[in-house]
Amino acid sequence: MKICVCLKQVPKKDSILRIAQDQKWIDERDISYEMSEADAYALEEALRQKEAHGGEVIVISMGPERTRQSIKEALAKGADRAIHLDDPIFEQATDAAGIGRAIAAALKDEGCDLIMTGLQSDDHGFGQVGLIIAERLGMSSATIVMEVQIETGSVRVKRELESGWFQWVRVPTPAVLTIQSGINQLRYATLKGIMSAKKKELREVKAADLNLTADDLKPLQSIERAYVPEKSKQTEFIEGKPAEIAARLVEKLRFDARVF
Amino acid sequence: MSEGILVFIEQRDGALNKTSLEAIVAAQRIAASTGDKVSAIVLGNGIANVASEVAAKKLEKVYTLEDDRLNEYTPDGYVGALKQAIEKLSPRFVILSHTYQVRDFAPRLTTALGKTFVTDCIAVRVDGSDVVFTRQIFQGKINTDVRVSAESPVFASFQSGSYRADLAEAGAAAVEPLAVDMSGVTIRTETEPKFQEAKQAVDLTQAPLIVAVGRGIKSQDNLPVVQALADALGAEIAASRPICDNEWLPMDRQIGSSGQTVAPKLYLAVGISGAIQHVVGMKNAQTIVAINKDAEAPIFDIADYGIVGDLFEIVPALTEEIKKAKG
Ligand SMILES: Cc1cc2nc3c(=O)[nH]c(=O)nc-3n(C[C@H](O)[C@H](O)[C@H](O)COP(=O)(O)OP(=O)(O)OC[C@H]3O[C@@H](n4cnc5c(N)ncnc54)[C@H](O)[C@@H]3O)c2cc1C
Repeated sequence: MKICVCLKQVPKKDSILRIAQDQKWIDERDISYEMSEADAYALEEALRQKEAHGGEVIVISMGPERTRQSIKEALAKGADRAIHLDDPIFEQATDAAGIGRAIAAALKDEGCDLIMTGLQSDDHGFGQVGLIIAERLGMSSATIVMEVQIETGSVRVKRELESGWFQWVRVPTPAVLTIQSGINQLRYATLKGIMSAKKKELREVKAADLNLTADDLKPLQSIERAYVPEKSKQTEFIEGKPAEIAARLVEKLRFDARVF
Repeated sequence: MSEGILVFIEQRDGALNKTSLEAIVAAQRIAASTGDKVSAIVLGNGIANVASEVAAKKLEKVYTLEDDRLNEYTPDGYVGALKQAIEKLSPRFVILSHTYQVRDFAPRLTTALGKTFVTDCIAVRVDGSDVVFTRQIFQGKINTDVRVSAESPVFASFQSGSYRADLAEAGAAAVEPLAVDMSGVTIRTETEPKFQEAKQAVDLTQAPLIVAVGRGIKSQDNLPVVQALADALGAEIAASRPICDNEWLPMDRQIGSSGQTVAPKLYLAVGISGAIQHVVGMKNAQTIVAINKDAEAPIFDIADYGIVGDLFEIVPALTEEIKKAKG
């Protein structure tokens, strides 16, 4: 079983996000990064399936130099090797179509049985890249997956539907699965893992290696302006020392909202 | 020459997904500026009722696409059928609602057609000859205006609640069957019946007071801080998804699009950022209080009372004060 996991590096959860000067993205200075949450679950699922069935886990990530830190974390957790799409040309691929095209091109000859991605990333949240890869590579697909059972020539997965509904579906391999957060419990990298990661293959891929030009990856949609959303509701902010805040809030809840 | 706007109508077992009506409103908004005519398309089998329900809206046509291979939703079936329909109708825009089903097939469809797809939009406006979509990034913390520079059709999906379904203009549309050739379409997905997990042990929908905890609590060991507040209030404890994903609290205490939907008298959100998938499950609470250290957290957009600060300082003080007040 050869499983490839697509990882994206995104700003850490607790980052204070400020709009950049050009108002097209966030100000990336002083931001630290981590693996996008759903991708971390996808990696964990791939590692568990490999432990159960044998095989190989390959991680692939597109992004600047800093992305290596997340790639190395994946190797330390147990992935066998990594592909890093690192090229200024890739940085121009800012929509899902371009990102999906580049990753599909890089995986075309890998012969993966499964490709796993997070269901969407925590930054752009396009929720498209996994399926774009599936369509480009002619693979079957299932999205928002909460359980994976590998069979011979196929995979049976539990899909999350809306408001507490689920459905099992079976698709033939090779297949792309987009993984939902909470499918498993994440592991931490061990010291031994971190040490052995240093010896693992980390292949850098340039756009030219994939016969892709900047024109091929030109975004068809782009952010014209990024801004902090306007508040639609008048929130009454209560300020002061904790004890003062508590007293004022209790008063409000008792006499204005009448909740107790 | 492409023209018109096509709205994808989602149905399950012959019942209309109401968010499709919101998609019709979004399409009607675009049409009001561009002069395009809006039509809708429904796929499946036994969809006459859905088609006539939709035909009561102001639409040019409601196309129906019936085939045995569309009895059960599968991505291959929907991509195969819609690809032909869209090539035939050649619209300028295809509008969908951002549901789990749309997420499961639409990116394949747009890739097969070589078109761009703006997902999870919350608004749209027409600016000269361009259409500008608003979508949120970083889980609702930042809005972006997105401009499209692609050949039509341009695909866009709208987040649930972006437009009010009851604002769909009424009319009387003609229902027209559309023939597509499904013989070349291979369905790779085998589906099993849909199901719900075993009945929830806790029914939070009946709780008048809810204290909900999010990732701001940092670790399971800190949960007693919030539990003490809930106990003092006599409230049920609930959580955002990451808390349940980590198994710090059981799944049946999760609020949101993949958990329970509640409308209590009081919803006190502690260390919850207010992502849309959480908010849809609690926004109808009578009084919402949010405690969060980030003044920009989206939860404050829907809170009646906001406290910007460290929950580890505020919550214990509040617990004490409530105990005092209750005597
Ligand atoms: C298809 C899909 C379905 C989903 N379904 C659901 C669902 O049903 N329910 C759900 O909740 N989510 C759901 N999600 C996940 C959702 O998108 C968010 O990721 C999630 O709601 C975030 O949870 P949170 O607010 O607890 O965590 P975070 O977004 O990480 O927010 C933590 C907050 O705590 C604050 N904080 C940190 N430390 C402190 C402190 N000391 N004092 C005060 N505040 C502090 C931070 O400022 C931050 O705002 C779903 C996502 C997808 C894609």
